[in-house]
Amino acid sequence: MKGLVFERSLPRFAAARLTSAFGSGRGAATGPLRLADLDPPAPRDDAWHSVRPLLSGICGSDLATVDGHSSRYFEELVSFPFVPGHEVVGALEGTAQAADGSALLDGARVVIEPVLGCRARGIEPPCVWCAAGHPGNCERVTTGHLRPGIQTGYCADTGGGWSAAGLVAHESQLHAVPDGLADVDAVLVEPLACGLHAASAPERSAEDTVAVIGAGTVGLTVIAGLDFLARKGLAPAPKALLVGARYRHQRSLAEAMGATAALPSDRLTRAVRRESGSLVVGDPTTGGMRLSGGADVVFDCVGSEDSLAQALATVRPRGRVMLVGMPGRMRLDLAPLWHREIRLVGSYAYGSERFGEAAPLRTFDLALELAGDLAQRIGSGRLVSAAYPLDRFEEALVHAGSAGRRGAVKVVFDVRAGSPAGSRPKAQRPPDRRPRNRRDAR
Amino acid sequence: MSPRPGFVLDVDGSTPPLLMWNGEGYQLDRLPEGSRVLYPPEPLAALDDPVAAIRRALREPLGESRPLGELLRPGMRLTICFDDISLPLPPMRAPDARQLVIEEVLEMAAAAGVDDVVLVAALALHRRMTESELRHALGDRVYEAFAPHGLLTQHDAEDPDNLIDLGVTEHGEEVEINKRAATSDLLVYVNINLVAMDGGHKSVATGLASYRSLRHHHNPQTMRHSRSFMDQPSSELHSSNWRMGRLIAASGVKVFQIETTLNTDAFPEQFRFLQRREWEWSWRDRAAFAASSAAMSGAPPRIVRQILHAIRAPQAMTSVQAGEVEAVHEVTTRNVWAQQGVEIEGQADILSLALPYICPYNVNSIMNPILVACLGLGYFFNLYRGRPLVREGGVVILRHPTRWEFHPAHHPSYIDFFDQVLAATTDPVEMHKKYEEGYATDPWYVHLYRTGHAYHGVHPFYMWYWCAHALEHVGRVVIVGGDPAAVRRMGFSPASTLQDALEMASDVVGPSPTLTHVHVPPLLMADVR
Repeated sequence: MKGLVFERSLPRFAAARLTSAFGSGRGAATGPLRLADLDPPAPRDDAWHSVRPLLSGICGSDLATVDGHSSRYFEELVSFPFVPGHEVVGALEGTAQAADGSALLDGARVVIEPVLGCRARGIEPPCVWCAAGHPGNCERVTTGHLRPGIQTGYCADTGGGWSAAGLVAHESQLHAVPDGLADVDAVLVEPLACGLHAASAPERSAEDTVAVIGAGTVGLTVIAGLDFLARKGLAPAPKALLVGARYRHQRSLAEAMGATAALPSDRLTRAVRRESGSLVVGDPTTGGMRLSGGADVVFDCVGSEDSLAQALATVRPRGRVMLVGMPGRMRLDLAPLWHREIRLVGSYAYGSERFGEAAPLRTFDLALELAGDLAQRIGSGRLVSAAYPLDRFEEALVHAGSAGRRGAVKVVFDVRAGSPAGSRPKAQRPPDRRPRNRRDAR
Repeated sequence: MSPRPGFVLDVDGSTPPLLMWNGEGYQLDRLPEGSRVLYPPEPLAALDDPVAAIRRALREPLGESRPLGELLRPGMRLTICFDDISLPLPPMRAPDARQLVIEEVLEMAAAAGVDDVVLVAALALHRRMTESELRHALGDRVYEAFAPHGLLTQHDAEDPDNLIDLGVTEHGEEVEINKRAATSDLLVYVNINLVAMDGGHKSVATGLASYRSLRHHHNPQTMRHSRSFMDQPSSELHSSNWRMGRLIAASGVKVFQIETTLNTDAFPEQFRFLQRREWEWSWRDRAAFAASSAAMSGAPPRIVRQILHAIRAPQAMTSVQAGEVEAVHEVTTRNVWAQQGVEIEGQADILSLALPYICPYNVNSIMNPILVACLGLGYFFNLYRGRPLVREGGVVILRHPTRWEFHPAHHPSYIDFFDQVLAATTDPVEMHKKYEEGYATDPWYVHLYRTGHAYHGVHPFYMWYWCAHALEHVGRVVIVGGDPAAVRRMGFSPASTLQDALEMASDVVGPSPTLTHVHVPPLLMADVR
């Protein structure tokens, strides 16, 4: 059966880097990703189960991989060849026990929690992080009975979502999709879990001014997470949630999803200044604006040199920059981090979240609830802008790489029966339920 | 030959295309037949010898004032305050009227043995002037004599050490003005009176005031009840300033007011066609128009802006009067009307205004969208006495590119006002209640106003309040050629052409509307019967 496979090939890796200079996602045409006939991966024991992907998303880390821009840091943390696709809603083949202990019937729709921690790797006792409910921080992602791979979609043994041949998942990775939740909403559960994890980071107060840089999928899920946790009473709502986003549709969505105001990226720091009553250091007419005070927390949902520099210029002394967008190698002046005692905190994946003294909650459980909540509030499928069959993967990846410019948010592969690879159905676009723009931020 | 008065042109089939300003450029366009066009009077004759006229005015003051020479004595504190960069428009060719007047005052002060003399630019909440702007207004000689010694200052409305509380008017208006000026033995105010609302008590009560004082008349309520600003008996802005001015006088502040009026000779020879009537254009005018408009349309706006802001108007002094504030201003106002007044019968359904590149608050700067609104709806709309040129519920059509563009150093709070306040509301009353104080007291804006060249944080609110009367009066505002996003942000409608704008206007005023177009600059003031 057809599937996309990513192989280790230095020449192709170089070619991908070259062609991606013409646009993100263009590395698919020349790089190590190819469409191939794949055999379904076999479950290694009773705790592993086959899942047939229905929809599988394309995320920023996938694009970086396809274009050859991923940090070399990951080289030892993946195994080749692998089938990408870690944002997956699929159908279970056979019966299984879900991560929460509930029974799953044959054909049940599930979302995959792709992190491959100690439990999935059969490591006993688990590392301290897995034991604490933070498999994203697992110390053993290169050992155990799986080959290296931080997630399903980066491991040669598990398969991934970009394949009609299916994947295998450990029971600890399986989460049942509620009946009322459409596939186009369930495919967002994994990114929503990332956003919720970032939004769940402690030490926020109701007096906080919070800034979010970027409102692609990552930024939007953080915004949704902040808003959702506040509405559930799990975390304080910030005094102001200000979002900088490059594209108009992103700003509209950000405001619909809970932002106080969403502005063009270059106006975010100014808005934070207004809100926080800061002064500006230096001459604002030359170079970027650097605040004397600033936001209490800045979520960098882009992960670029520019975005991180803006975050450091926008956060207050002793404030916190949450790095949510996946970064790579960069040149950055860290003098403000040192001088202003700013905390730069990474935010990766999910696991369990602790709110106050209450028992921890699974991030995926919260994300499933949030996915349903969002479908109600902004419309089902609103964030999935296009779905492509696997055989149009080059087109799909170019679309995902230019999502913002093309008015899109999330682009997915449609691997469902009736949309077989090679049939070339049109990209499916959900009905436009564009929320009303509260603040016409140009 | 005496200058011809202003007049009203009835547009018919033989009317040539008319010159329309369009921000940093201009074009020829036709108005519908039956439209009326107001043309300003031709420039009045200049004073033959302005210096002699100034000396005579100082020697022969109006009202209950002694000649200036008699008010000067050794050992006294003398403060000479003068209007800032916002006047006149365009900036006048050197020597500036302020320079001529101040040089004479200083001559007399020196002759009387006065040593303690300080010059103060009466900025109110405007931006501080640059050295070159000060040199232009005062002349190099005055600048060199005072500036290096710290004796040329600019009013700082946020300097608690140099403000003095003079009390409260019978209407509860706090009067707080520049301490040096108020505590001097004599305050000489040197004014340039461009329009009828300038000068008088407004010079000191506004030009030297603090935010605490200014907020009593620079607010939506006052602006809505100033119908118009140019018609003093009908202007609440005027009344408030007069109450404050009288309190200032009653507090013992001795003001010697010197007011000048200028003619409407606004453009130098190479741009003279801009103030000529189109059907009287010579071949030289036509060539100048064609060459300059082609050059401007092909050049980047930044370059065009530099060229236009380099224009120095050959405006000449038509009168100068000095003495007691109210007596002086009465004569000044008469002289302004003599130069600018044009009578017109009846209101129109549509008022058309083609806006130029400059207004009082963007000299050597960018005309941002808020200033576009202010120039059109605050200033030009209010160039009337009696009734507005457009009927209630009518439409105002402005012509200006209205780019989403701000000068970051001059107008920092405007950027935020446009981003935040106008995104939330265009209602002057609501923004006054919800946002004004925050902007007025924002420490960054205060810092930039005091130390840089920024307008005060509250200034964009004031610009919007200037529009309050027009916003309440008209049914729709259309901007021809404006950036749609910027135009919509202000609650107005963008149109590509005048024809489109007229069609949009017909939704409000019905088919076959009447239209009045005001052919400014040079400035005029309409006496609407």
